[in-house]
This record gives sequence, C-alpha cells and structure tokens, in this order.
Amino acid sequence: MAKSFDVIILGGGPAGYVCAIRAAQLGLDTAVIEKEKLGGVCVNVGCIPSKALLHSAYVANLVLHDAKRLGVTVGDVSLDFGAAIKHSRQVSEQNSKGVGFLLKKNKVTVITGTGTLQPGQKIKVGSDTYTATKAIVLATGTRVKGIPQIGLDINKTTVISTDEALFLDAAPKSVAIVGAGAVGCEFADVFNAFGADVTLIEALPRILPVEDAEASATVAKSFKKRKIKILAGATVKSAKVGTDNVTLEVESGGETSTVKVEKVLMAAGRAMNTEGSGFKEAGVQLDDRGFVKTDDKLQTTAQGVYCIGDVAGPPMLAHKGSREGTFVAELVAGQQPHPIRYDNIPSVTYCHPEVASIGLTEEQCKEQKLDYVVGKYPLSANGRARASLETDGFVKIIRDVKYGEILGAHIVASHASEIIHELAVARESEYTVEEVELAVHAHPTLSEAVAEAALDSLGRVIHA
Amino acid sequence: MITKVVMEALSPTMEEGRVITWHKKEGDQVAVGDIIAEVETDKAVMELQARGDGILRKIVAGEGTTVEVGKLVAVIAGADDDIGDVDATAPADSPTEASQPVAAEPPPATAPAPAGGRIKASPLARRMAREQHVDLESVQGSGPGGRIVKRDLAGVAGVAAAAPAGIVSAGGFEDVPLGQMRKTIAKRLAQSIGPVPHFFLTTEVDMEQAAAARVELNALGDQRISFNDIAIKAVAMALMQHRACNAWWQDDHIRYFNEVHMGMAVAVEDGLITPVIRNANLKTLRDIASESRALAERARERRLRPEEYTGATFSISNLGMFGIDEFTAIINPPEAGIIAVGTLMEKPVAVDGAVVVRRRMRLTMSCDHRVIDGATGAQFLQTVTTMLENPMAMVW
Repeated sequence: MAKSFDVIILGGGPAGYVCAIRAAQLGLDTAVIEKEKLGGVCVNVGCIPSKALLHSAYVANLVLHDAKRLGVTVGDVSLDFGAAIKHSRQVSEQNSKGVGFLLKKNKVTVITGTGTLQPGQKIKVGSDTYTATKAIVLATGTRVKGIPQIGLDINKTTVISTDEALFLDAAPKSVAIVGAGAVGCEFADVFNAFGADVTLIEALPRILPVEDAEASATVAKSFKKRKIKILAGATVKSAKVGTDNVTLEVESGGETSTVKVEKVLMAAGRAMNTEGSGFKEAGVQLDDRGFVKTDDKLQTTAQGVYCIGDVAGPPMLAHKGSREGTFVAELVAGQQPHPIRYDNIPSVTYCHPEVASIGLTEEQCKEQKLDYVVGKYPLSANGRARASLETDGFVKIIRDVKYGEILGAHIVASHASEIIHELAVARESEYTVEEVELAVHAHPTLSEAVAEAALDSLGRVIHA
Repeated sequence: MITKVVMEALSPTMEEGRVITWHKKEGDQVAVGDIIAEVETDKAVMELQARGDGILRKIVAGEGTTVEVGKLVAVIAGADDDIGDVDATAPADSPTEASQPVAAEPPPATAPAPAGGRIKASPLARRMAREQHVDLESVQGSGPGGRIVKRDLAGVAGVAAAAPAGIVSAGGFEDVPLGQMRKTIAKRLAQSIGPVPHFFLTTEVDMEQAAAARVELNALGDQRISFNDIAIKAVAMALMQHRACNAWWQDDHIRYFNEVHMGMAVAVEDGLITPVIRNANLKTLRDIASESRALAERARERRLRPEEYTGATFSISNLGMFGIDEFTAIINPPEAGIIAVGTLMEKPVAVDGAVVVRRRMRLTMSCDHRVIDGATGAQFLQTVTTMLENPMAMVW
C-alpha cells in the first residue's frame, strides 16, 4: 500500500469521511484512518441509532395513546425494547457500511488502526508511517465522559452513558437522566415511551437550556403530560451507587428530594479525543477548554495540519463537522470555499415534539439590546397538525425591526427538524421575513406555520 | 417568450459597441446568463450575456458590426414564436434588472440603474442599501459569485447615489461646497484656459537612496520592483498627507477623498487607459508591483473590467522607459492632478560644494487650478520629493 497521500484524515466520523470524499472529488489522493467503525459516534453510537429508537418511541406513543381516536383499535400492546435496539443496530450497520461504500466509490484509502500524529505531516499507524504531501486533517472527535466530580463515575451497569444505553436489552424500570440537553431529552422520551419512570435532572434553570425559553417550556409541558419528572436548576448533592440501584439526593428550588432509580444515565459532558495521539509533540496546541486551537481557516498551530469536527470546538454537531470537512478539503485543493457561518447552523432535538432552531434566541436578542419583533404561530391553529393530533408547539421567528432580517427562528413541532431548513436557507441567503412569506406555501402543511409566523412578525397573520 | 438582445452599456461611458465574436449561432439553445457574444467597448472587450431563455433565433448585428447602446443585436425566442414583428431599429425592453423584493413600502428611490447588467445583492443588503441611501453600484460584493451581502455594507455611511460607477467604497470621501471665491476662481480660470485650467509644477528628485533600496528589495524575492512602483507608493503616501490634492472637481462642489486610488496610465495599441490601483497607500511595494504588472498586461489585452479603470482619485503617467526626461501630462477629469514621471538619468550635480554624478528623476505635476492652488501643489510635491529621496519617510 502506498505510504504517501495528498491528504490524510485522522478519524472517519461525519467530519472526517465527508472531508475525504470532497478531497477525493477534487482529485486529491486521500486516506482516512479509523480505529473503530466508519461513521464515528454519529453513525454508530449517536445520531443515527438514537433516531431509530425515537421512532420506536413515536410508534409506541401513537399506538398507545392516539390510535384509537384515529380509528385504529389495536389489541394487547407489548413493548420490546430489545427489538427496538436490534432495529437501531441494523440501521447503524447499514449506515456504517454505506460510509465504507462511499469512500471506496470515491477511491479513498481506508486505513484501519490507531493513528498517532508525527511532526512533519506524518501519521504513524502501528509500525507504518504515512506521509501527507498537502495536509493532515484531525477529525478525532469526542467521547462520553460524564461528570465524575459529582460522584457519578460511569460504571457501565447502574451509572451508564449513551454508549451503554444504546445496547440495553430492556428499558430500565426507573432511570434518572443527568443533563437535559438534546441527548438527555431524547433518552427521556425513549425510556418514557418504553414504560420507564423517568426523572430528568438539569443544573441550569430549564431543560434544553440553550434553546429559546418558550421552546424549553413547551417541551417541559409535553414531558410533564407524559409523567416525565423534571428537576431543573438542580444539584446532585450526593450519590449512593449500589449494585442494582442508585440513590441520588437532588436539591432543586430550595428542596431536597431523594431519587432512587435502577439506572442513572449521564447525558452531559464529553471528552476530547486529543490524548495519546501525538498532537502536542507535533506542535498542535489546545485551547483552555481542551479543543484543538484553530484559526479561521481551521488550520492548527502545526504547519499543514487542519482540524475539523467536535474536537475543533463547538457546536459539537455532526452537520457542523461535515461542513468543516468540505471547507478544509476545498481549501487544501486550492479553492476558496464559502466561509462557514457558525451562527447559522441548525440545532435540533428529536424528542416529541421536536425542537429545531437557528440563530439567536429571544433572550440573546434582549441581552444584545437588539431592536426586534417576534412573530409566532401556534400549531394548534394549523390544520395539518390538528389532523395528526400533533398540535403541541409553535413556530417563532425573531426579526429585526428596521430591515426585517431574520435574527433567529425556533420551531417546536412534530417535524421541526424537517421544516427548520426553509429558514436556514433564508438566513444563509439573507432573505428577510418578507421573502419567506412571499414564497407560496402548500396547504395544508406544517410549513404554513412558518409563513404565518413570518406574517405575524409583520403584523399581518391570516389564520390566527 | 421573445427576448430582444440589445447592446448593453457595459462601461459607464459606453455609447456604442462593436460585436467581435458570437459565441452562439442562430438555432443554438441559450439560457439566462450564458455568454452569447464578445463586444468591444470604448475601453475593453466585454461579454454580452443572455437575458432570456430560448433559442437564439436571429443575429441582427454580425461580427464586426458597431451598434448603439440600446439597439437590437439579436433575438432569443421559443422555437414556435413568430419573430417577424421584432423591429430591429426600435430600442428593446430594458435589460432585466435584478428583481426587487416586493415590500409593503413604495419601490426604492435609489434603485440602481446597472451599467454592467444586474447587480447581485441579497434581499437584506438591498433593503439596507435602500434605507441608508447607499448606491449598490459603489459596493464590492463578497458573497457567492460577488453577491453583495450584509457584511459588505457594514460601516458604509449614508451616501447619496451620485458617485460615478463602481468606484470608491462609500464613505471614503467628503464633499465640500464651493465658496464664492472658489466659484469665481473656477469660472475665471476655466474661461482663460479651457474646461480644465491646468498649471504645472516641476521638480527634480535625487534617486540615489531609492535606487539603493530598490536593489536591496529586489534581492529579497522574485517580485521585481520598478521605479514606477516606488513612485506610485510615494505619491499615494504623500496624498494621505495632502488631502487637498486627492480630490475630484464636481462642478458645484469638490470631493475630497480619504482613500487613495491611483490611476496608472498604460499605453495600449492605438490608445491609452488608466487602470487603478485601489488603496495604493495601504499596499506594500510588492503588492503594487504585482498588481500594476497584472493590470498593465490585462489593459494591453483589453480585458480590464470597468471597475478596474474607473474611480482613480489621482494619476501617474510615466514615459521614463522611452528616455523622456520631462513632460507634462493632461489631467483625467474629474481628478485634480496627475504626476508625469521622467526617466532616471545620471547627472552632474552640486552636492556640498562639489560636483558629483547622481541619479536624478524629474516629476511634473499638472494641477486643476479650480481645486489645487500653486502653494498647495508645491507643498504636496515637496512631500513626494522627501519620500523618494529618503524612502524611510514613507513609513515615518
């Protein structure tokens, strides 16, 4: 096998493999080094399998709660978490194989093993040393870490991370989820649908703390309806970890409560995969939060070494990493890629209802003292949402007063993840709320709520 | 649908254009944006784009034909459209402008009348420009395909749409109304010596230090630096100290610029053109050298874009390479001055009471007396001399 390539990418996750495909498309001789499965956390123990489980959860809720009203009466319903897990594994396998197929189709060389960066644009895998003539791209990603400082070391039995949760044979009878960001809320949704008694614990004052406060409140209300307990603004005072249960003392709102559960899922904290990879020795410096230090061209402090994806800094999202991969590939090929607008990367939580957002929250607009107007449209007024009994949620568009610029958009809806992109395109192209509304929206669709929210921000809402 | 293809004003001063090459022939399928022909304007060879989809049904103006701006050159239509009625002499519908967002407000008062076709700008940028009275033609786009986006308008002050095309970033100048005395001076001097009342200042500069610096700089890398590049840099730096000479005569006011865009006269076959080195005062000698080479080369190929030869705030003309010792250059209105650079010659001169041979260069500045008075011009030329005689003064 050749030992010299134009570009060598360390890590075959969504940042690394996309970078490799784009580089190969641009005629660069490219290799990817991956120590585990292609597709990284996203495909194997992240985005993809969790979406399969969330769909199982959706069907469970549909059958248990809505089917009868929709005219479909089913007999005895039994839930099989193991089967749901099996389905999710199949999807992950398919996707990982798909990544391998795409790399092969684009003539990217895949090197299996653990790569260690060497000075002078070299990477060592086992006893072999590979040289990159144009660039090395670090895409090593992050992994679950948990929060050991509160006495909750991940023991993989009673205190678990998503790495274990995605392989359980059965849903726990009771579970406390520490961290109510996207991951915590998604697993709360899944375990609740499969009959678990779920307590969601968040240190910040509300669940989904980085989302718009109204989005948090809507999801919290929906969760409470489904008997998910929420302890926000909460501190875990002590943890007693037994062999088949965990007892937590949690203080929230001045009250201390005891939460005794079969399992604790740590859904907060990620560790950078930077140790033992030769980064420091090769001159790649880290910033004070542990991310690899990069400039605006994603170049690290070592000559000819770039960094993309989670390990290059937040937001830690697969689609952000993929775009950075494309950007660096084009840069290395001598093109001038469109700069990445980090303020225009959609953020999505796939619980039910889903939450999708882009740009600033209303709280951030207030903090920045921006002159803004909010346009909002509730799904309870949308025909399509009523038809499918999915009226929880809203579309909220925040526009600036003077020019109509879309400052932020927040959607809570059954398919929020799908309808946010209209607003992503609009913001990327600098359309104002007027262009969004001017495009005719098909009836009846959830997307009509986007047009109505745009109209509402102009004081001209029709169906409300 | 029938689209009349007309001769478009491809440069700000273009009145007619000569079709050089047709890239499409009758019967070819064309789409909006396709380059259908090359047209020679008064300044350069430009590309004519299709403004409609369809089949190029008829070429009215063959290769070599000169056509007035606005007159028909070809017809694009569907295969079944009857084009018998398309009148070759009547001006066609105006070329498609970029569509404006249909807003609740009345249409924009300052909708740009594009000289070179449509202006690409995001709806947000259009709206910001409209409300801030910024002429989008004066803004350089940095988005995809040169599209003007919000960040391009950041910091652009409200500016009336009076600036000629494609030129100075808005806000880079100040308009000063004419006082009575200035008006009278302008009128009387113009009566006396034609539309632009020139006067001339000549000085001789000792180039020993500049020549030594040039040798050292040229030893640093591949980019060779000429005496003309050094003159461009020195004049640009000096203009920053003498804003009174970095100005345009605007008939009822004088526009003083805060940026220096240096016009550089380049001889081309049967004529001359002055490509512009923008913000020359801010550029390194190396950048000036490479940019002036590239511009001169494209000028000789007649491939300059309008924005590359308009908008100079001051100019330089150099005939040194022809051994011309000294000459006067004619001002390129509305600029108020031009410096003519002569050849570098070894001459006997008196230094500290002894005759020695030194390398000397003569500069002659032509001034528009309506803008620049004798002493103003002389002081500026003194600064230029200081900077050339002691190049470190440029960074002082």
